[in-house]
Amino acid sequence: MSELVPAGKGRALGKMSAAEDSRQFVSIFIADQMFGIPVLLVHDVLGPQRITRIPLAPPEVAGSLNLRGRIVTAVDVRTRLGLERRPKEIEGMSVVVEHLGEFYSLMVDTVGEVLTLAGNDFERNPATLDPRWREVSQGIFRLDQELLVVLDVDRLLEFTRVESA
Amino acid sequence: MDDLLSEFLTETSESLSVLDVELVKLEQNPNNPELLSNIFRLVHTIKGTCGFLGLPRLERVAHASENVLGRIRDGELVVGPGIVSLILQSLDRIKLILSELERTEAEPPGDDGELIAILNKVADGQSVPGYTDGVAAPAAYTPPDPEPAPPPAPVPAAVPTPAPASVPVAAEPQRSTEIAPVVSSVPAAAPQTAPAAPAMPAVAAHRDEPAGAALEAKESAVAAQTIRVSVDLLENLMTMVSELVLTRNQLLQIVRRYKDSEFSVPLQRLSHVTSELQEGVMKTRMQPIGNAWAKLPRMVRDLSLELGKKIELQMIGAETELDRQVLELIKDPLTHMVRNSADHGLELPDERVRAGKPETGRVTLNAYHEGGHILIEISDDGRGLDIVKIKAKAIQNGLATEQELEQLSDQQIYQFIFKPGFSTAAKVTSVSGRGVGMDVVRTNIEKIGGNVELKSRLGRGSTFVIKIPLTLAIVSALIVESCGERFAIPQISVVELVRASQNSEHRIERIHGTPVLRLRNRLLPLVSLERLLRLDREDGKGTENFIVVTQVGTYTFGIMVDRVFDTEEIVVKPVAPILRHLTLFSGNTILGDGSVIMILDPNGIAAESGELSMAENQAVENHTTSTARGDEKTTLLIFKAGEGGPKAVPLSLVARLEEIDLTNVEYSNGRPMVQYREKLMPLIPCVPSIVMGTEGRQPILVFADGERSMGLVVDEIIDIVEDRMNVELVAEKPGFIGSAIIAGKATDLIDTGYYLTQAYGDWFMTGGPRLTGPRRKKRVLLVDDSAFFRNLLSPLLSVNGFEVTTCASADEAMTLCEAGEAFDAIVSDIEMPGMSGFDFAEAVRRSEKWSAVPLVAMTSHTSADDMERGRQVGFNDYVAKFDRDGLIATLTETLSMRGAQ
Repeated sequence: MSELVPAGKGRALGKMSAAEDSRQFVSIFIADQMFGIPVLLVHDVLGPQRITRIPLAPPEVAGSLNLRGRIVTAVDVRTRLGLERRPKEIEGMSVVVEHLGEFYSLMVDTVGEVLTLAGNDFERNPATLDPRWREVSQGIFRLDQELLVVLDVDRLLEFTRVESA
Repeated sequence: MDDLLSEFLTETSESLSVLDVELVKLEQNPNNPELLSNIFRLVHTIKGTCGFLGLPRLERVAHASENVLGRIRDGELVVGPGIVSLILQSLDRIKLILSELERTEAEPPGDDGELIAILNKVADGQSVPGYTDGVAAPAAYTPPDPEPAPPPAPVPAAVPTPAPASVPVAAEPQRSTEIAPVVSSVPAAAPQTAPAAPAMPAVAAHRDEPAGAALEAKESAVAAQTIRVSVDLLENLMTMVSELVLTRNQLLQIVRRYKDSEFSVPLQRLSHVTSELQEGVMKTRMQPIGNAWAKLPRMVRDLSLELGKKIELQMIGAETELDRQVLELIKDPLTHMVRNSADHGLELPDERVRAGKPETGRVTLNAYHEGGHILIEISDDGRGLDIVKIKAKAIQNGLATEQELEQLSDQQIYQFIFKPGFSTAAKVTSVSGRGVGMDVVRTNIEKIGGNVELKSRLGRGSTFVIKIPLTLAIVSALIVESCGERFAIPQISVVELVRASQNSEHRIERIHGTPVLRLRNRLLPLVSLERLLRLDREDGKGTENFIVVTQVGTYTFGIMVDRVFDTEEIVVKPVAPILRHLTLFSGNTILGDGSVIMILDPNGIAAESGELSMAENQAVENHTTSTARGDEKTTLLIFKAGEGGPKAVPLSLVARLEEIDLTNVEYSNGRPMVQYREKLMPLIPCVPSIVMGTEGRQPILVFADGERSMGLVVDEIIDIVEDRMNVELVAEKPGFIGSAIIAGKATDLIDTGYYLTQAYGDWFMTGGPRLTGPRRKKRVLLVDDSAFFRNLLSPLLSVNGFEVTTCASADEAMTLCEAGEAFDAIVSDIEMPGMSGFDFAEAVRRSEKWSAVPLVAMTSHTSADDMERGRQVGFNDYVAKFDRDGLIATLTETLSMRGAQ
């Protein structure tokens, strides 16, 4: 994510234009951490779904589900981030995103509201962040109460390329 | 009707309807050169085709019309209603002759002298009352004669719309009455032509004329009965219908739960309609299998000459229909198998006589439907497969050890012929025997969900049975469950279902943990889905009691599952790219209840569960480990060549590993080469220090790039390893990418591209003609916009020993040039949309790669001016379009002249 400029200077942030100095994110929560996915990438937000497990698939692939006649691959973001499996008491929700023409359903704990965040609250990933997280994080937004990790959806689904290579 | 003739009729009818519209447009925009040149080209093509087919009457009319158009194009005549009417009249005459041709398959007798005379007069700039609108040269203009000499038809020049063509009718009244019944006997024609009408308002208006009935008679019945629809559209329709079927199934399932629902009756109707719709759409894609066979008699005839065998080809069930997608996919495998049967299967005549068989060998093709599948048998009454030879070859190729072979049944041993690189032909012929093909055949057939079975009796012949689904869009699948997860197994592979239990006659027994089942005095190997898919079984929940007896090729095995549900029609959807590496699944689908289900691939299961050889198992295991998380690894082939450490190349680039017999190496121009896959393959030593002996065997790596292949000569193939390919030192030597540590050793990575250009880049270009061994066919590029001509000429050229590539436009041909394709000669049409033949010749001469390739112009335009212009732009020779022999002679001459240079 070298194209991201350190925060404070604020302006030339990634894909942000100078004219529009704020971005919208769908906030999601995984293991009490808040994450954000750019709102334009999100196709659907789903409640608990019936998922068909796929034997022998990579561990991150939770299975596949039927989204209005389309088969969507479900990816367990917890596993992807090296976290423990979701505890039974959390039902779980999903955010459907498109990646290289295919739909993927990202399984998270809960989905929150859409947040509009200002560019000058943006920070680069702290150097000490777990490499596994750093890999999928575009950076951090400083919110009043907590921190929001911006998920890089392309990189989040990158493991697919390693697998299929 | 002759295929050629019916194709001609369809194509010409299409051109004629386009012409009708275009001419009317031209009348309104007389100064549009594009419109004019399109019209000219269409008429020109019609003329050329008629000439080729030997239809003099049509040709003369077309020729005369073309002359007039030519003058307009050259600016010597002015477009006006009169001339347009005249051209339209000529077209009507052509239509009339065509309709008769269609009915009787012969050109009707008759005289078009009058019409041609008018056309010629107009072309010459003379005034013809009612037809001349104006001549460009003002001096030549004469006002219309007020009292016309008996005109052939009262067509006033003032009529702006295309005049009803009463001329042909008047000239040949008996014909139009004869034709009328043809049309009335085809009532289906009316609704089909109707939708086309709004798109062609000019034509529609035309029909409203009083003479409409007569015109209607001239509409080709062939053309009116068929419309051309793009395949994409049909595919799309098919997908949508498939979805509809699925939704219908879903609804039916819901309604089943509620008895006496008010929905059940309308749903029944919906169900019926959907089924009929599905059937109808399927039918649009169906084609008789005979289409895939059309080329076989010819091939067998040529083969019998080449091999000195007497072969009779029998074809049964050519009318059996199957999906065109499937048809396309089995075309090549079928051709290959027939060739194999004729070459390997059948013996030479004297051998046959000695064996007490008739001198003429017979290859039989038989196609028929059987329960949602189509079966194609290819059988010969030849020598049959020789078990002993196959065994010996299997050991030689390292596919199995003697001990392993002992344990295999004859059927399993036959399967070796489907392995890559396997051939028992004692001698490699130009036809087959290089062990290339049967593996590809099987792969191709399995790809479409089919399978190949093989029966053979020594001395009596062999029979291959191909079983393929009628269509790829919807398959019926058996739904099974294991450990609470459901899977679909394609019905085509399922032979039977067996329920096993401890106290019934079918009992699962275990040999050292391996489950087997006694089934009709045979031991059936069993595969546990639970173990294969590493499913988690909740304690005490169900056992694998059901056995799905599955057949892949001749390998029969049982898949153990917990439960078996019913069969469902499913639409196979490809799995997400993430999951493509899972060979156990062929796809996924959505079931009637809306849940997603994985479709098991019996071929993958058979491979994974140990069909035949140990080596294959190994490969599968390697594969699974590679899918575990880790860094990107590449499978590399390690070999030794010359001094220094081991060398490596990514295995994916290597088409094949071969060991060649050095006595087969031929030298041409000092370069070693070997006959491989019916072509000459150049051999390039990996490092110059490799010296090939004159006998013994030499390992080579075969690289293939498109049509071409080359052999890289190495000393020894060491190993195949999987490792990261991190180039640490960049090489300075040509032919090497650099060095990397592979399997713990410093290894040089070779640059395949370098060797390919060594083999082809400059070598084939500069040394082209000299390289020409007796076997290398001359490559000819044929550029013609008319599909008809391309179809007509390419077999003609192939028969005469040329290898033909066709292009529909000059632009397409230039793309090939840029792609680096090499040809020995180019034959091009002159009149083409887009880049014309003249422009094309200039482009070719300007190009770097093709500047020296002989160019032959092919056209019916053979005026001295045109020839001169052709020579100026770079054509080496000129051939009249319908002069087939002339074309062959010119090509042969041009090429032999170059060869001698």
